[in-house]
Amino acid sequence: MVQTLLKRAATLFAVVALVAFAAPELAAQQINPTESSVQEEQLMRALQSGEAVSGRITIPDARAGDLIKPDNKNWAATHGGTVKTVNVVAILGMLALLVGFYMYRGKIRIDSGPSGRTIQRFNAVERFAHWLLAATFIILALTGLNLLIGRAVILPIVGESAFGTISAWGKIAHNYLAWPFMVALVIVFVAWVLHNIPNRLDIEWLKKGGGLFTKGSHPPAKKFNAGQKLIFWSVIIGGAALSFTGVMLLFPELAGTSAQWQLYQVIHAIVAGIMTAIIIAHIYIGSVGMEGAFDAMGSGQVDVNWAKEHHSIWVEEKLAREGRPAPSSGGAAPQPAE
Amino acid sequence: MARMKFLCDADRCIECQACVTACKNEHEVPWGINRRRVVTINDGLPGERSVSMACMHCDDAPCAAVCPVDCFYTTADAVVLHSKDTCIGCGYCFYACPFGAPQYPRVGNFGTRGKMDKCTYCSGGPEADMSQAEYVKYGSNRLAEGKLPLCAEMCSTKSLLAGDGDIIADIYRERVVTRGYGSGAWGWRTAYGETISV
Repeated sequence: MVQTLLKRAATLFAVVALVAFAAPELAAQQINPTESSVQEEQLMRALQSGEAVSGRITIPDARAGDLIKPDNKNWAATHGGTVKTVNVVAILGMLALLVGFYMYRGKIRIDSGPSGRTIQRFNAVERFAHWLLAATFIILALTGLNLLIGRAVILPIVGESAFGTISAWGKIAHNYLAWPFMVALVIVFVAWVLHNIPNRLDIEWLKKGGGLFTKGSHPPAKKFNAGQKLIFWSVIIGGAALSFTGVMLLFPELAGTSAQWQLYQVIHAIVAGIMTAIIIAHIYIGSVGMEGAFDAMGSGQVDVNWAKEHHSIWVEEKLAREGRPAPSSGGAAPQPAE
Repeated sequence: MARMKFLCDADRCIECQACVTACKNEHEVPWGINRRRVVTINDGLPGERSVSMACMHCDDAPCAAVCPVDCFYTTADAVVLHSKDTCIGCGYCFYACPFGAPQYPRVGNFGTRGKMDKCTYCSGGPEADMSQAEYVKYGSNRLAEGKLPLCAEMCSTKSLLAGDGDIIADIYRERVVTRGYGSGAWGWRTAYGETISV
C-alpha cells in the first residue's frame, strides 16, 4: 500500500517536473500553423500570360478547377475594342473609298461599245462554285457581323425579343453554312489556281493601275488580270484562315485551351472584317462599277469587246482555239445590212 | 441601394461543399452545372486553402461586354443577371468570365450548348419576382423575399459572406485584424479592381 502510494507520488512528481520544465518551450511554439496561408495576391503576381489560379476540384468538370483567369478580361476588351474597330473601319472605309472612286471615275464603260458578239468566259461549274461561295459568304458575313455590332445597330431598331430570335437563327445559319462555303472554296481553288499564278504581265498591269483610273487604258491580261489575282488569293488565303479558325471555334475541344480559342476568335473576326471589305470592292466592280462585268458570272457569256479590253490575251487565245476570227480591235457592233 | 458582393474568407473555409449543394438544391440547377464550386489551392501542401467561387457580379462585367445579343443587365443591387429568352448560347461569356461562372446545359459542338446558366445571387431573372416562370429558368428569388443568397446564409463556418460590399469588407477586415492573418478577398481585385486593405 505504502509502496503504491510512493510510486504514485513519484510519478506525479515526475509529471509536474516535466510540465514545469517543458512549459517555456511550449510557449515558444505558440505559432498558429494555419497562419501561413496561400495568398491570392502572390498567386496572381506569379501568373504567366494565359494562366489561371487553379486548384483541386471535386466536381467532374475539370475546367472548373480554374479559380481565377484574369486574362479572360483582356480577350473581352480586345473583342469590344480592336476587333470591333478593325471591322467598322475596314467596312466603312471601303464603302467611302468606293463612293469616292465612283464619283471620280463613274461606271467604267466598254470603251469601244458592246459588239453584240459574246464569248463564253465561265462555264456552269465555275459559276456554280462562285455563286455558292458568294451566297454563303454574304450570309456568313452578315450573321458574323451581327454578333459583333448587331447589338449596337439592329437591337435598338427591332427590340430585344426579335433580335434574340434573329441572332439565334443567324448563329445556326453561320454554323451550318460554313460547310458549303468551305466546299465552294475548294472547288474555286481547283478550278482557277492555274490561271492565278502571278507572271510578268501582272507587274505591267499593276504599274498602270489596271487602267482603272485612266479612261482608255487597258493593260494586257490573260484569263485573270492582276487585280483579279489579288482577289483570288485574298479569298483563298482569307477563306482558308476563316475556315480553319471557324472549325476551331465550332469544336472548342480541338482548339485546346481557352486562351487558344480566344486567339482563334480574334483572328477569325479580324480576317472576316478585312475579307468583307475586300469582297465589297469585288461586288462593286463586278456590278455597278463596270459595264459588262456582271455577265461573266451571270450568263457566263461576255461581250467580245469587253473581253478584248480587259483580257486581251485570253480572248485571242480562246478565239484562236475555237477557230473564230478575232474581231478587229476597237470595232463597234457590226451593223447588219439594211 | 446596396452594392451586393460575395466574399470567401478562405482561412475559414473547411471545404464542406455545403454551399455547392445548397445552391443546387435551392435552384434545382440542371445536371452538369454548378453555379458555385469550391476550389482547393495548394492541395496537400502547407498553406492549403479552399475558396468557394461563383459569379462575382463584376463592375463592368466582361460577360455583358462580349454578349452579342446584350442579354445581361445589372440590377439596382449591382447583381449581374441575364435573360435566357434572349441568350443564343454562343459561349462568348464563358470565355470572357475570369471566374468560370457561365455554364451551359450541354458541352457544345455545333453551338448546341443551350441557354447559359450562372449564379443569380439568388435573385432570379427578368421575369416577375417569385413567379413560376422565373423559378423554372433561374431558380428562386431570395433577394425579393428579403433574404440573402442561401450559399452564404448556410455556410457553417461563416466563411462565405454575402451582402453589401462595404459591410462584408468591414467584417472581413475585423477578422483579419483579430486573428492576425488573412489570405485575401479572393477575386475582388479581378472583379472590382480593388481589394480589401487591412
